[in-house]
Amino acid sequence: MNSRKYLVLAGVSVFAPVGDSLLSYGMKQVGNISLNNIPELLLAIANPWVGLGIVLLLGFFASYMTALSWADLTYVLPASSLGYVLLALIARFALHEQISLMRWLGIALVSGGVGFVTSGPEVTRRPPQHLSNDGVAAEHL
Amino acid sequence: MIPHAISNLNGWLAILAIVISSSAGDVLLSRGMKQIGDLGEVRRKHGFNFVLLQILRNRYFLIGVGCMAISFYSLLFGLSWNEVSLIGPAAASLTFVANAFAAKMFLHEHVDHRRWAAALFVAAGVVLMAF
Repeated sequence: MNSRKYLVLAGVSVFAPVGDSLLSYGMKQVGNISLNNIPELLLAIANPWVGLGIVLLLGFFASYMTALSWADLTYVLPASSLGYVLLALIARFALHEQISLMRWLGIALVSGGVGFVTSGPEVTRRPPQHLSNDGVAAEHL
Repeated sequence: MIPHAISNLNGWLAILAIVISSSAGDVLLSRGMKQIGDLGEVRRKHGFNFVLLQILRNRYFLIGVGCMAISFYSLLFGLSWNEVSLIGPAAASLTFVANAFAAKMFLHEHVDHRRWAAALFVAAGVVLMAF
């Protein structure tokens, strides 16, 4: 792992929770959507908060794809969950919200999980793969 | 009472849809990206356009994005019916565990005790952080 890879994981961590929060804020403005009126769901992206949330989630997606290209899924997901902790810390120290004991315990568990996974290798080692004609590694599963 | 029950039912249906589609999407995207290789290195050797073309031509990526789109709209649907404090943590924590199983089964990743512990710790932590 080098600094570029840690930066990519940080991008995954930060963009996802902030984007989700903006989506939540926007969808509360849009209101309840019935299963009988699915097109209304498509129009929800016209809400600016939902739109901004989508932009951040696109940033998340680019970082996530990059991380998955060199690390296992079971490494990337827990390792990038520090974003939940980051959001709680922003709520406590920037927004001066009260953090309950349960939430501090949750922060400790998430941090412990991140510590577990990042102490191991980021990718499952496999035998070398053959390359197909278009330069992309052939399937081996 | 009944609207509350419908709201809860729709919320949990959305959570189920998010977990299934998101796990399927994660597995497909991971498989697609592993086929292409380290995007940073491929970009340095062949340029950004080559990387973009490889990604857009990868069928696992395309199907994975379709699954993620289903997951995204399930999330919007769920958020319109129930609190983010239920939908977010429940879907996220169940997806962590479902992904560990799916990665072991379909991607044959080496999920050792450390990674199981990480998935379970993060899943439990995400639930607790909703309180």
